[in-house]
Amino acid sequence: MIDSVGWGTLGELALRHLYLAGVPLVVGLLISLPLGWLARHVRWLGPPLVAGTGLMYTIPSLALFILLPLVLGTRILDDANVLVAMTIYTVALLTRTVADGFASVPSHVSQAATAMGYGELRRVVAVDLPLAVPVVAAGLRVAAVSNVSIVSIAALVGVSQLGSLFTDGFNRNAMGPIVVGVGACVALALLLDAAIALLARAVTPWLRRGVPA
Amino acid sequence: MIRFESVTKRYADGTVAVDGLDLEVPGGGITVLVGPSGCGKTTSLRMINRMVEPSSGRILIHDRDVADRPPAQLRRSIGYVIQHAGLFPHRTVLANVMTVPRLLGWDRGRARAAAMESLEKVGLTADQARRYPTQLSGGQQQRVGVARALASGPEVVLMDEPFSAVDPIVRAELQDEVRRLQRELGITVVLVTHDIDEALSLGDMVAVMRQGGHLAQFAHPAELLAEPADDFVATFVGRDRGYRALGFVDVAVTPSPVLTARLGESVPAGTGWVLAVDEVGAPIGWADATGWGGPLTDSRLHRLGTLAPAGASARTLLDAVLSSPSRRGVVVEDGRVVGTVGADEVLRALGTLR
Ligand SMILES: Nc1ncnc2c1ncn2[C@@H]1O[C@H](COP(=O)(O)OP(=O)(O)OP(=O)(O)O)[C@@H](O)[C@H]1O
Ligand SMILES: [Mg+2]
Repeated sequence: MIDSVGWGTLGELALRHLYLAGVPLVVGLLISLPLGWLARHVRWLGPPLVAGTGLMYTIPSLALFILLPLVLGTRILDDANVLVAMTIYTVALLTRTVADGFASVPSHVSQAATAMGYGELRRVVAVDLPLAVPVVAAGLRVAAVSNVSIVSIAALVGVSQLGSLFTDGFNRNAMGPIVVGVGACVALALLLDAAIALLARAVTPWLRRGVPA
Repeated sequence: MIRFESVTKRYADGTVAVDGLDLEVPGGGITVLVGPSGCGKTTSLRMINRMVEPSSGRILIHDRDVADRPPAQLRRSIGYVIQHAGLFPHRTVLANVMTVPRLLGWDRGRARAAAMESLEKVGLTADQARRYPTQLSGGQQQRVGVARALASGPEVVLMDEPFSAVDPIVRAELQDEVRRLQRELGITVVLVTHDIDEALSLGDMVAVMRQGGHLAQFAHPAELLAEPADDFVATFVGRDRGYRALGFVDVAVTPSPVLTARLGESVPAGTGWVLAVDEVGAPIGWADATGWGGPLTDSRLHRLGTLAPAGASARTLLDAVLSSPSRRGVVVEDGRVVGTVGADEVLRALGTLR
């Protein structure tokens, strides 16, 4: 089955897929952090921000891949189109998650930090954010799997990654590449998901200690 | 030293939490703000470190308006302890206590040393310092909260119902600890509670507040019990305030000598109550040698009542008497028996006071 694609090609496509799905995941998270914070802390901004970013997820990806070159002035085959589109979807999923994450921080802990003399920004970074990790990580895992799935559609506009195996198989009327493509997408999604879960676990050592002996 | 000058706080929704509060908190002591739920205690406390901004009026620490100081900087100079300790769950106990020293820009070594010292003061070990807060009991967490507030050596420490979430025994321990630390360090403690007993036993001065953030009375605990300013205060300090006031009354009662015996010593029948003591003279129990005589054994002993330290208040002396099987209260000094007192002697001394 793999022979219908070749290990070399498969590896190359998988790496591109990871790149196109993964980089937006990181960039999207970095954008969602301040947005989620704003949604949580500026009362009138919360609902429109969460609803607005959430709505972006409903834009069909194919439309976005085709429209973005017009907006950005890029060429249709540019990776930038996919990277920006995937970042938009990531922000759409994560803004609410980040806001929920900040909401999950016990208010007496946050207030204690303020009372100790933390400035706002410093407190968010040093206290609120670490405590929001479990909630944010859960959302990030959803976004990762979603990104891996949506990126494949970019094959329709000719940007190569694992999705190219579907168009290729369709054009040649061959099942092999399609099955391999699906398997590789699932594997990649699982891999990203597990990586985020492990990372979240690694940065939250306090959640793993038991109650007093 | 901390002065409230006609301070009013009206929240955005129109609630007047504090109304024209004038209060002068003396330096170097424990001042307690007490009152029913929702009367504005927390709001008053939080205006001191600018967690809440007054709507009008001002608050001065050492004659300096707190509004003139950047909030974060002001807060670093004031210790703060809250009800559920508010510890950072993601940091070890030691790191929690290092918080303010680090915010003050102390290097890691100095902050660490200060934190260890502070933890030691509240009776926590190096082993406990390495744990995460959830790995400690509620009482221990509260101690960490106190250690964290003291680590950088602040002059003023604010405490908002610091002991209300722990059981009565731990609460009493923590109260003793805070009183000891306050005396030892000479700090100014402002403590909020809705428990009048806590206020009376812990406060050098007590501010009773009533609904709407009005100050009902600001006085020494003894004065509060003896001369409540109005019906509200009288009701709030409680029904048995006359008896409780005895806790602040010193009476001149000289303990009378008492017959003591060591275990194994022979006691003749008809001696009456004998106080058993150990080698150093500390009391261990009462034995009734009225209808019985012979060598004193463990099984002959009745439990001791409460012990009154020399110079104890009338309340403590009376309690020692009333809880003693022999109806004689045992007075001790440095743990050793000095003598005993009877109810009649205490009451007679009380009678001559008025
Ligand atoms: N942020 C706020 N916004 C609006 N009203 C508030 C706010 N905080 C407190 N209040 C109101 O102000 C009043 C005083 O509140 P405060 O927390 O100071 O009371 P408290 O004496 O500490 O009560 P408790 O013993 O229950 O802690 C209450 O009526 C409360 O509902
Ligand atoms: Mg309160």
